[in-house]
Amino acid sequence: MADAAETEPNPARAHHDLGGIAKYMCEAVDTEPHELTEFDREVDALRQLLGMKRVMSVDELRRGIEAIQEAEYHARSYYQRWIRSIADNLLRKGVITTAELEAALANSRMCP
Amino acid sequence: MSLSETELLHAPAEALLVAIRDLLEAKGIVSTAEIAERIAITDAASPRIGAAIVARAWTDPDYRARLLANGSAAAEEMGASMRGAPPLGVLENTKSVHHLVVCTLCSCYPRAVLGYPPFWFKSAAYRARAVRDPRGVLAEWNTTLPDGVSIRIVDSTADYRWMVLPRRPLGTEDWSADRLAAIVREGDMIGVTVPSI
Amino acid sequence: MSTLAPGQIVRVRDDWPEARGPVHIRTPHYLRGRIGTIRKILGRFANPEDLAFARPAPSLTLYHVAFDPASLWGDAKAGDEILVELYESWLEEA
Repeated sequence: MADAAETEPNPARAHHDLGGIAKYMCEAVDTEPHELTEFDREVDALRQLLGMKRVMSVDELRRGIEAIQEAEYHARSYYQRWIRSIADNLLRKGVITTAELEAALANSRMCP
Repeated sequence: MSLSETELLHAPAEALLVAIRDLLEAKGIVSTAEIAERIAITDAASPRIGAAIVARAWTDPDYRARLLANGSAAAEEMGASMRGAPPLGVLENTKSVHHLVVCTLCSCYPRAVLGYPPFWFKSAAYRARAVRDPRGVLAEWNTTLPDGVSIRIVDSTADYRWMVLPRRPLGTEDWSADRLAAIVREGDMIGVTVPSI
Repeated sequence: MSTLAPGQIVRVRDDWPEARGPVHIRTPHYLRGRIGTIRKILGRFANPEDLAFARPAPSLTLYHVAFDPASLWGDAKAGDEILVELYESWLEEA
């Protein structure tokens, strides 16, 4: 697939902006169905409700996902990126505070 | 010692979900009951809705015309929940043009008529390759198009969501809409496969 | 107010706001500076670049614009095309 006329993408390209990127041209597409987990469904539903209640828009969700560092973006699953973006947006918008989140995380770790 | 925002965002995803869910419920913003209800509603959308839309378009020329003119209204006629959903665009495959839908920037998908997007649609390989090597992508599903058929790749970058109206297979001339709907798969309505009997 | 018409040749601005600070852009990198043809006017929608930061978002006209993949990548098959939704703020007459 090498092409003499190919130019490198602009270095300013955001890492999520994947159309035509050379390193994926020889990567197989995993066509297998991967069932959604309960976690996936909950995160998806939560995102929809936050949108419907005008707490966080889908555009804000995308911005938060795109802000994830490149290595972590590719290491996280789809819905793991979503919950991270939701947390980022809720903190940024003051819906929750860092102190509240820290306390809630400490509580949730106590329960298996 | 309090954690920074960065450290908090690096918490395990499952823990983040539980923590956020608990906080939002305590604040009266989102309840666990609402989440359960929303999961049930979302689970109800599936490719079966899209398949019924396609089958009706194949058997009812007036519906087909309405579908191509206003996808959202026509989808609603067939039971898709379109309220609050993005506008639906329907891409008609012809003898000479085959459509392939992708979202190179994220995963925009016609969820109201097809349900949750499949894993492959959200993958980096699909998002990167579809706009540049569409025939290679189709080959991942063993789909080959006849010579003379060009591909129109539709990159969903904004407010519309797109589904493909595939061509009706030969040999189905006397089939009922129900029988036709049963052969229409999710991939047929994104363009990675074509319906066959 | 839409100023571009179906059939009109346009250029996608060769601009890279990503280099200037945090942004949310819905114009794919592979189209920046490229020539395309307006296919259809899709309607008016709030600018996602502003929505993403919870800023007041003006309505912009959204167009469906067609591009020849051979003009984007050397390894493309003749006759194919790529159709992309682009906001008026990214398009100029070519």
